[in-house]
Amino acid sequence: MDLMEYQAKELFARHGVPVTLGRVIEDAADAADAARELGGRVVVKAQVKTGGRGKAGGVKLAATPDEAQAKAAEILGMDIKGHTVQRVLLAPAADIAEEYYFSFLVDRANREYLCIASTEGGVEIEEVAHTNPDAIAKVSIDPAIGVDKAKAAEIVTAAGFPAEASVVVQRLWDVFIAEDASLVEVNPLVKLGDGSLEALDGKVTLDDNAAYRHPDHTGFDDKAAADPLEAEAQAKGLNYVKLDGSVGIIGNGAGLVMSTLDVVAYAGSPYGVKPANFLDIGGGASAEVMANGLGIILSDPQVRSVFVNVFGGITSCDAVSNGIVQALALLGDQADKPLVVRLDGNNVEEGRRILAKANHPLVTVVDTMDGAAARAAELAA
Amino acid sequence: MGIFLTEKSRVVVQGMTGSEGQKHTSRMLAAGTNVVGGVTPGKGGQSVDFARRSIPVYGSCADAVKAADADVSVVFVPPRFTRGAVIEAVDAGIPLVVVITEGVPVHDTAAFFAHAQANGTRVIGPNCPGIISPGRANAGIIPADIAGQGRIGLVSKSGTLTYQMMYELRDFGFSTAIGIGGDPIIGTTHIDALRAFQDDPDTDAIVMIGEIGGDAEERAAAFIKENVTKPVVGYVAGFTAPEGKTMGHAGAIVSGSSGTAAAKQEALEAAGVRVGKTPTETAHLLRTTLSSTHQSA
Repeated sequence: MDLMEYQAKELFARHGVPVTLGRVIEDAADAADAARELGGRVVVKAQVKTGGRGKAGGVKLAATPDEAQAKAAEILGMDIKGHTVQRVLLAPAADIAEEYYFSFLVDRANREYLCIASTEGGVEIEEVAHTNPDAIAKVSIDPAIGVDKAKAAEIVTAAGFPAEASVVVQRLWDVFIAEDASLVEVNPLVKLGDGSLEALDGKVTLDDNAAYRHPDHTGFDDKAAADPLEAEAQAKGLNYVKLDGSVGIIGNGAGLVMSTLDVVAYAGSPYGVKPANFLDIGGGASAEVMANGLGIILSDPQVRSVFVNVFGGITSCDAVSNGIVQALALLGDQADKPLVVRLDGNNVEEGRRILAKANHPLVTVVDTMDGAAARAAELAA
Repeated sequence: MGIFLTEKSRVVVQGMTGSEGQKHTSRMLAAGTNVVGGVTPGKGGQSVDFARRSIPVYGSCADAVKAADADVSVVFVPPRFTRGAVIEAVDAGIPLVVVITEGVPVHDTAAFFAHAQANGTRVIGPNCPGIISPGRANAGIIPADIAGQGRIGLVSKSGTLTYQMMYELRDFGFSTAIGIGGDPIIGTTHIDALRAFQDDPDTDAIVMIGEIGGDAEERAAAFIKENVTKPVVGYVAGFTAPEGKTMGHAGAIVSGSSGTAAAKQEALEAAGVRVGKTPTETAHLLRTTLSSTHQSA
């Protein structure tokens, strides 16, 4: 889960990283009072889970409380790369002397951690990598050791930060490990006029697999911003991602479902037909899971046909077929779009026999994945 | 021979007394795997009855190594115990640990992988279907009846695509099929498997299946170009995945312009790997590759 800036800063504050929390508001009418409390001169910042807010006009300086209200009104409701701004953060305008870039992340290639740091902060790090690669320090971190005092000093020296940044580096490491983050990024980390350091922005990605260790993180979940179908699927424990096409997809296993989307897009390209969603029902496709999944997909008004693609590995195809038949019975009249079903693998003959016997008017069984994708695409055309 | 797992492998199952562990131990035994024990803390001295044999339970990996010479562990314990279980297996000196468990926090994986690497243990997974050398041994949850022994090596991030590809090529059969998992940090990579298949006298050709996220496929492509002389065909899943959305596997995410399926396909093709548009087409590419190799030989 990606956090918004104000949420990231809350985590920073818990671990002693110097931040100013400011005020978060959802209604522009509250901006003037908030700005007054913060000393009048503030920065109004859109809170969205995407980069490039500044360029999009989502970060604005306001010299007075009235101006803060006007800027907040401008930014709230703005669309930034498909994210609607629901709230803004008001923070006192800082007296910035220097801007740095800092991050800890999971280094997939080397299967360890990586620290990226640069004295060229405040701009996109990809841009610095392009224009001035020598200004970026990359320091690898052994997960068995982590960032101790010596490693923090090594990072600070490599980056060219002032020596006192070493403490901030260790505290950001605490955030990374203790909060189970897979990314902690501060851009900019600033040196203020008085020489002290402050994290002026924060980007944190939390590891969903570690959610069980952090019951306090559930409050970060931004339900309002989620797609309603995705929110409903999540509540039902389904692994669903909404896309913008018209062929609903259900399959078992993340890889097979990704592949199914591709095969449908490929088969549908002559008609401009695309997949409507990703839905992985996992290993044991019970009737209930199948019904929940079909229910979500059929309630998507963009869906015109559904492709159920199952390879019976552990799951046996007769169980899947029974799941489909029961799901259709459970859904009754709600099930009103054609289903193309492809089954292969474990006990496939019995699975196909069950579907043939049920002889549901909406269900077509096709033997191969490519053939079934073509049929589903045709039906949605 | 096959890679990493042979008929000589002596397998213990960590978490054998749990429902998943028990179900899959039974399947591994039926596939001819030499399962020599289970490991469950506090249950040492008990045993679990399977169709034809009773398998002893040890209280620790160290006991299983001492008493039964175990040299492979398959881990079925829940996510919160996985880190401890793998570290225990490594400390017991087990050289191959196959982690089936899904949902392991990435910091836990980083920690146990670092420990395994420092002690010379190979980890496969986590969040993977395991490894099968058909007709010899099966360590994990890959159904043994999809395809038999043959001369194709298969390496894949995805479990169900492993099954699908084994099914497509069941008439050829496999030396070894290995599912390496789709998490951000995994113990055995495409490159590790490619290197082993290249060196394996029982493997004639390789199928490599990748998916969006990271740059493992790009690095594998560079490795193939330099080091692999056996024919390789590839498949990459996730061309239609939107940016910034995790597609089922924790590591399957396109971030900005990195980790896209198109970039992976391009890198593989530049390395001379033929990449199929669908699993079926990929299987077909392998068939034509093998028949042209045989004709020229």
